[in-house]
Amino acid sequence: MTQPVPLLDVADLTVEFTTRRGVVRAVEHIDVRVGKGETVGIVGESGSGKSVTSYAVMRILDRAGRIVDGAVHFTGLDVRAASEEEMRDLRGREMSMIFQNPRAALNPIRKVGRQIEDVLEQHSQVGSFALTEKAIELLDQVRIARPPERYHAYPFELSGGMCQRVVIALALACRPQLLIADEPTTGLDVTTQKTVMDLIVELTKERGMSTILITHDLGLAATYCDRVVVMEKGRVVETAPSREIFTAPSHPYTRKLMRATPRPGVSLRDLLPGDDVGPRPARPQTRSAASPLVGEAWGGGSSLLQETRPPTLTPAPSPSPRGGAERTESAARLRGDGRAPLLVVEKLVKEYPRKRLGGRFAQKFARNPAPEPETFRAVDGISFTLARGESVGLVGESGCGKSTTSTMIMRLIDKSDGVIMFDGEDIGGIPANTFAKLPLRRRIQMVFQDPTDSLNPRFTAARAIADPILRLGDAKRREAVRARCETLAAQVGLPLHLLDRFPHQLSGGQKARVGIARAIALNPDLVVLDEPTAALDVSVQAVVLNLLQELKESLGMSYLFVSHDLNVVRLLCDRVLVMRAGRIVEQGPTAQILTSPQAQYTRDLLAAVPHPTFA
Amino acid sequence: MTALSHERSAPEVAHNTGFTAALRHARYILSENAVTGFAFALFLLIVLAAVVGPYLVPYDPLASDTAAALKPPSAAHWFGTDQLGRDIFSRVVVATRLDFLIAVTSVALVFLMGGLAGVAAGFFGGWTERVVGRIADTIMAFPLFVLAMGIVAALGNTVENVVLATAIVNFPLYARVARAEANVRREAGFVLAARLCGNGEMRILLAQILPNIMPIMLVQMSLTMGYAILNAAGLSFIGLGVRPPTAEWGIMVAEGAAFMVSGEWWIAFFPGAALMIAVFCFNLLGDGLRDIVDPQRRT
Repeated sequence: MTQPVPLLDVADLTVEFTTRRGVVRAVEHIDVRVGKGETVGIVGESGSGKSVTSYAVMRILDRAGRIVDGAVHFTGLDVRAASEEEMRDLRGREMSMIFQNPRAALNPIRKVGRQIEDVLEQHSQVGSFALTEKAIELLDQVRIARPPERYHAYPFELSGGMCQRVVIALALACRPQLLIADEPTTGLDVTTQKTVMDLIVELTKERGMSTILITHDLGLAATYCDRVVVMEKGRVVETAPSREIFTAPSHPYTRKLMRATPRPGVSLRDLLPGDDVGPRPARPQTRSAASPLVGEAWGGGSSLLQETRPPTLTPAPSPSPRGGAERTESAARLRGDGRAPLLVVEKLVKEYPRKRLGGRFAQKFARNPAPEPETFRAVDGISFTLARGESVGLVGESGCGKSTTSTMIMRLIDKSDGVIMFDGEDIGGIPANTFAKLPLRRRIQMVFQDPTDSLNPRFTAARAIADPILRLGDAKRREAVRARCETLAAQVGLPLHLLDRFPHQLSGGQKARVGIARAIALNPDLVVLDEPTAALDVSVQAVVLNLLQELKESLGMSYLFVSHDLNVVRLLCDRVLVMRAGRIVEQGPTAQILTSPQAQYTRDLLAAVPHPTFA
Repeated sequence: MTALSHERSAPEVAHNTGFTAALRHARYILSENAVTGFAFALFLLIVLAAVVGPYLVPYDPLASDTAAALKPPSAAHWFGTDQLGRDIFSRVVVATRLDFLIAVTSVALVFLMGGLAGVAAGFFGGWTERVVGRIADTIMAFPLFVLAMGIVAALGNTVENVVLATAIVNFPLYARVARAEANVRREAGFVLAARLCGNGEMRILLAQILPNIMPIMLVQMSLTMGYAILNAAGLSFIGLGVRPPTAEWGIMVAEGAAFMVSGEWWIAFFPGAALMIAVFCFNLLGDGLRDIVDPQRRT
């Protein structure tokens, strides 16, 4: 090799974890090299070993994990052989890390400025008299406005994006040579993600630092990295410059990932692997074996869907034809045929009493403290309608009130003001705590954001699906309920043998299916989808989104799709509402919102989605 | 446990449910923590002594034989005899049933009272939480053993009242643990989902939340079991609760205490040792159970 010695050289690394089910190899024989000043992205889905790799480099694996093979060299130092003392000195000063959840990475009861000083002091970078000055300078460098004031702020007084800036300041405090950013923007809003990523790249470039960006988002990695390493199940499947990987991915897994990522100009079906696109004839049962993506998660369910649909499930309006343009047309036709819309929301308001906590800080430092209102309006007078068989997307960033709106429509919390009309009935006036027992309950159901959290860990899949049937359904006999569960499982493509498993024995995609089966168990008219794929990998997301679309077509449900991701919403929805700070800033047909957004905020949202611009 | 690692080296492990999985999990835990295995063996021994002990012992625990009074341990009397010539080994084994029964019933009782009150407090909040919290605070304001003494003295000197007193002094522990655990699950996704499925609040509490906090309550029960035995024996020791000549560890220690100075150590020693081993066993078992249910240790 005539190449210069790289800054970080991971060669043939194997990491094993001792678990109660035996030894698991999280990372197998991987090679990663990071040159000086280079930005390398490690991309993979959950369980691919990307985080474990970075922990091994920093040697912060937890006690069950150990490096069994291979070598890690950092600036010539053998990380495996280094003493704990050497490593402690290295961490923070030579290589540092940015974690996924910035709020958890900061000490909640210590001022952020003091936390930066702690790091500086630890590695004796500056004399104690200059500490404060240096800390404020660092806050300034990560673009935190009014750094002398923020120095005294506690993490809970700062927003998520601000906290991540502080974490970046901490990571860069000692001018390390290598920065490892482990999903630095997951959980941040898309516009915040853009500013944070821009900041990281700018700061590292200007200091000549090397960066490892660990992410599940191929678009993000390709936008910001020089080189991308794609990992699958503990192995590196492809290493190539960003441009190459994005324009001509060579490994099938990379191609599959690329395909499954929602992006402008593709339809829902395009997300699935190659053999799934095009017109859909009745596919043979062996389809799951042929398709590497869906595998056990799909289990040949979609062909079952067509056959096992009982006649009673025939929806009120005729199933709309497939295809984006046609779908919109049919929805418009449904609206225009004189029938009242399914859901009418008028001037809906939700107020919460304003918390005084933290307000004191703001008052102390605000230039001209304005009199604060007594209440905080999470939802500030929004109005929209939802026709039968229509899908409407509710898009906005965290804190915009979209979840509050959907929970009010679900009748889980009470409104402060306004009207919620469902199929001609004013359901807004019914107190939330009595709604559970009403027959109306079965007509509005929901798919939750986190499939794990929304399933009772002590219930089997069958028991979870049976819950609404037992409580609100007609079938009461054990065999009838079981039969209905099996029909539903077939409809959502959940293999029948999984019905007796507990949630922790199911994969993320399978849990999502159980959640969907539970939501459609009573043939609801309206299903609220609350970021149903946010916790899933992109390939699973593609499958679940397609499943939702198929179910909607065959059962004639209406969807209210709540999400932060315009690119995902667009795939499934006829119309989109864009929310910001409790108000709807823009609404209209999906195509119109995407191609010619009127509001500046919508344009910002669209522009912030990371997408590399390789010609 | 090398067999374990050879058996399943592949990362994708089949999730075979049921007995084999439970057995494998138990084996993993025991390989991690041999002390738990030891505690579990002791526990089985105690249960065995409580169930079949009275049928196996060589002597009648109540039959006195003044000719053989105050004999040191020998082949005929393994643990020796007391001042009335009763066989101490027989009495210690037979006493297991009473002490174990008192502990089990009082723990079951306090689980029903404290556990349910705590779950309700954590789930409903509001005035339920305030009432349960104040009751727990009031009980905690007294030294626990003195409170137990007072309850037995006031209600009457019976075994039932010992059980009740032991349950009442443990109430705050159960109420607090259950309240905290129910509180964090109050807003969980599966609770919202259950509400959407038409479950009433009471059903959510009993069918959804309670099963989820059972593992933690089980640990709590094992840990308080030792305390319950000690409490019952302590009450008997000072003359409350079980009365002589019934075979009971606390009474036996009290009776033997007077003979310690004159050199007949075995009268108090063996029931005391049995008491200590039982308490020790339940505490170890509680620690082991906590390791099993603690997700932090589930690697």
